[in-house]
Amino acid sequence: MESVSAVVSEELRVEKIRDGTVIDHIDAGTALAVLRILGITGREGYVVSLLMNVSSKKLGKKDMVKVEGRELSPTEVQEIALVAPNATINIIRNFKVLRKERVKPPDLVKDLLKCPNPACVTNSPEPVKAVFHVEVSDGVTLRCYHCGILMEKEDILKQF
Amino acid sequence: MELKGRDIISIKDFTREEVDHILKTAGKVDHILGENLRPLSGKFMGLLFFEPSTRTRLSFEAAMKRMGGGVIGFSEPAVSSVKKGETLADTVRTVENYADILVIRHPLEGSAKLAADFASIPVINAGSGAEEHPTQAFLDLYTIFKEKGSVDGLNIGILGDLRYGRTVHSLTYALSLYDVNLYLVSPPELRIRKEVLQAVRNRLRVKEFSRIEDVMPELDVLYVTRIQRERFPDPGEYERIKGAYRIDKAALEKAKEDLIVMHPLPRVDEIQPEVDETKHALYFKQVRYGLITRMALLGLVLGAF
Repeated sequence: MESVSAVVSEELRVEKIRDGTVIDHIDAGTALAVLRILGITGREGYVVSLLMNVSSKKLGKKDMVKVEGRELSPTEVQEIALVAPNATINIIRNFKVLRKERVKPPDLVKDLLKCPNPACVTNSPEPVKAVFHVEVSDGVTLRCYHCGILMEKEDILKQF
Repeated sequence: MELKGRDIISIKDFTREEVDHILKTAGKVDHILGENLRPLSGKFMGLLFFEPSTRTRLSFEAAMKRMGGGVIGFSEPAVSSVKKGETLADTVRTVENYADILVIRHPLEGSAKLAADFASIPVINAGSGAEEHPTQAFLDLYTIFKEKGSVDGLNIGILGDLRYGRTVHSLTYALSLYDVNLYLVSPPELRIRKEVLQAVRNRLRVKEFSRIEDVMPELDVLYVTRIQRERFPDPGEYERIKGAYRIDKAALEKAKEDLIVMHPLPRVDEIQPEVDETKHALYFKQVRYGLITRMALLGLVLGAF
């Protein structure tokens, strides 16, 4: 039987994965949103490690997600950038980093988010879905193509 | 400059040169208004009004007919297939077969953009919820231009419901094309939306105030709007704010001699009737300028000018 100290040990907390993806430098407190973007509920059977609010030289505090046996699509990588613009994606094969890339937000976000403006035409029975232009300055801001309303990170996180 | 075939959805889609061209064209129309003009003979305008309107609908209709064109459409969705649940997208794709240009007023924001995306003929936004009312902004600019000789260099105050007032949003965007000082005056609950302020902040000198008396002596133009009761999600909030500001003769005592007071109308109680008889009151003349500006816009978009 494992001792309590083994369960909380540093070694177990950052256990390496053989094949899969490590998403690092996630803004502190947003790792659960990242999992929701990836559609990971925990019931898929992947081994998932989740670290939240650990110290980081670059960000002060950060979150990290490791998923065994799962690689991300380019669209998923772009979507992660909406809530974690500093995140890095590490593709792991046989315990080694095969490829490392920084997330980059897309120019347009389609079919992912609802417009938070209840008076926006996209929230009516019209045959259109919300589309957002992505504006990047200090952080990521989305502007609804139809009604022009701005969505900042907090508004985006509410939908994940 | 070619504006033939253009949609007029947002004032943000226009450059300073294009706006100047529209104002110049309105000036030309102003000079020939009494003449028997028929440059739009054989053209039809489809008016799709999903919200009540007096001035905008009548002035578009008058503008089209004064230039020899025809008008079809509805001013009350209850008498159209909208009542049966038809979407705006389907209505647009139907009516565009009968008309050469569509003029749309709709309670939802983004509705004009949606209509323009579905239509293959030009669409003019005659008010999209609390979002924008670009032709009002063109006529407001024309009014200022006519009365003051120039828009540049003026101190312009906008008073009222800056949050839900679509004319305010369009006028603010329009003024950002000019060199003006803009004073935004409203109760704190009705401050202008952040996306509007963000869009103009780098191009316009903007100051926000809660009391009109703090800025009245500075102003060359005072643009007053009513509280948009119909846009409040909470009727209780409207009840708390209504009557929060009022322009009467006493309020104008410290104004410049040549201050002009504008209002997109309809008014409720924000400008007292006693102001109508002062030299400052310009809001009914503004209605005439609206007709002229819409004639210019229809003529330009339909290729008559």
